[in-house]
Amino acid sequence: MEEETHTDAKIRAENGTGSSPRGPGRSLRHFACEQNLLSRPDGSASFLQGDTSVLAGVYGPAEVKVSKEIFNKATLEVILRPKIGLPGVAEKSRERLIRNTCEAVVLGTLHPRTSITVVPQVVSDAGSLLACCLNAACMALVDAGVPMRALFCGVACALDSDGTLVLDPTSKQEKEARAVLTFALDSVERKLLMSSTKGLYSDTELQQYLAAAQAASRHVFRFYRESLQRRYSKS
Amino acid sequence: MKETPLSNCERRFLLRAIEEKKRLDGRQTYDYRNIRISFGTDYGCCIVELGKTRVLGQVSCELVSPKLNRATEGILFFNLELSQMAAPAFEPGRQSDLLVKLNRLMERCLRNSKCIDTESLCVVAGEKVWQIRVDLHLLNHDGNIIDAASIAAIVALCHFRRPDVSVQGDEVTLYTPEERDPVPLSIHHMPICVSFAFFQQGTYLLVDPNEREERVMDGLLVIAMNKHREICTIQSSGSEMQ
Repeated sequence: MEEETHTDAKIRAENGTGSSPRGPGRSLRHFACEQNLLSRPDGSASFLQGDTSVLAGVYGPAEVKVSKEIFNKATLEVILRPKIGLPGVAEKSRERLIRNTCEAVVLGTLHPRTSITVVPQVVSDAGSLLACCLNAACMALVDAGVPMRALFCGVACALDSDGTLVLDPTSKQEKEARAVLTFALDSVERKLLMSSTKGLYSDTELQQYLAAAQAASRHVFRFYRESLQRRYSKS
Repeated sequence: MKETPLSNCERRFLLRAIEEKKRLDGRQTYDYRNIRISFGTDYGCCIVELGKTRVLGQVSCELVSPKLNRATEGILFFNLELSQMAAPAFEPGRQSDLLVKLNRLMERCLRNSKCIDTESLCVVAGEKVWQIRVDLHLLNHDGNIIDAASIAAIVALCHFRRPDVSVQGDEVTLYTPEERDPVPLSIHHMPICVSFAFFQQGTYLLVDPNEREERVMDGLLVIAMNKHREICTIQSSGSEMQ
């Protein structure tokens, strides 16, 4: 089955709670997703958010080295490669964040002593890179047929100097922001799986941004559902 | 992960088909697969698809001090990476032989053939020159990495624009893309590699082998040429040819 499915959607996020300021950048950028585009990996997906594009490949469940095997569940590995230069500490930290998110949703106990490898490759970076990597990884895991207990998505938001919240920031907005927060949310109850933040904000602000991200994630999950429905209804 | 071994019956089948001048995907012996080139939003970013083999290329530049024995020339740096998603056998520690061979071939084809004018990359002689870095990532391995990589490298170099620089006496001004339009690199010619796979000591010859054909081949001949019919690089590996 060599079909490639390409779905895209323009998503507009709803506003969060009434008390938070209404910013001009409350909508998510244009999304697009393409699955099953590479022939060698078991699953592959390319996720585009505006100009940011990440291509993820998944191998698994497959053979694992004896040194790395875990007796009762699958070993999940994430290998992130930057587009320019050799991988550094920032890549290692992002790999760890993506791995922790995937380990929380993948049913590793169904495949003990195997390895599941997720390889996201940055194709172009124009802001919200970690969120785009998470989305591409989730779509690639679905394409590979790895059993998961929920889907997950990444939502990034930036807080600029006058306190307005911008969802899915571009790289210019991220540079000028006072804080940048990325959340990974699961699809069942939109609970928080992972958060990675940079900058200064108060804890009430954190709750507001988390609520805004949860509202935005509803659109991302609807997009996932629509794209998968379109893909499987063709055959 | 270990490479899945090729079964003997598959090997025999491929060799018998090649003896009868048939290829598994229906091509003739001198047919290339379809090439598709798409560009990204940044300057110098391109993705090349040669059949199912996919390579991502990105060019970037930086101002550095030149090498001591070449004070007026810029520096070209190539880096081909076999991503773990290209094939299950490509693991971080395990690919050194193939990687070194491919990187060396890329360097000979593009740097030694002088396709880029390195003298034009000099800003202040002896102090500041441009270092052009070409990063290639193999995303899917379906044979013939070297051809796809050479196409990706030369296309990315043609697409790339470097920031404009002006020198007034001792002052060097680097303009951002908003101030002045970026400037393309000066490219003399475009060398492209073509691979030939040999079977049965050179009796049978195939152009653009795919992954299965590469596994059963005896030898590989890579020739890099440009539009003016000049040979830039030749490399032959594997067993003897008669």
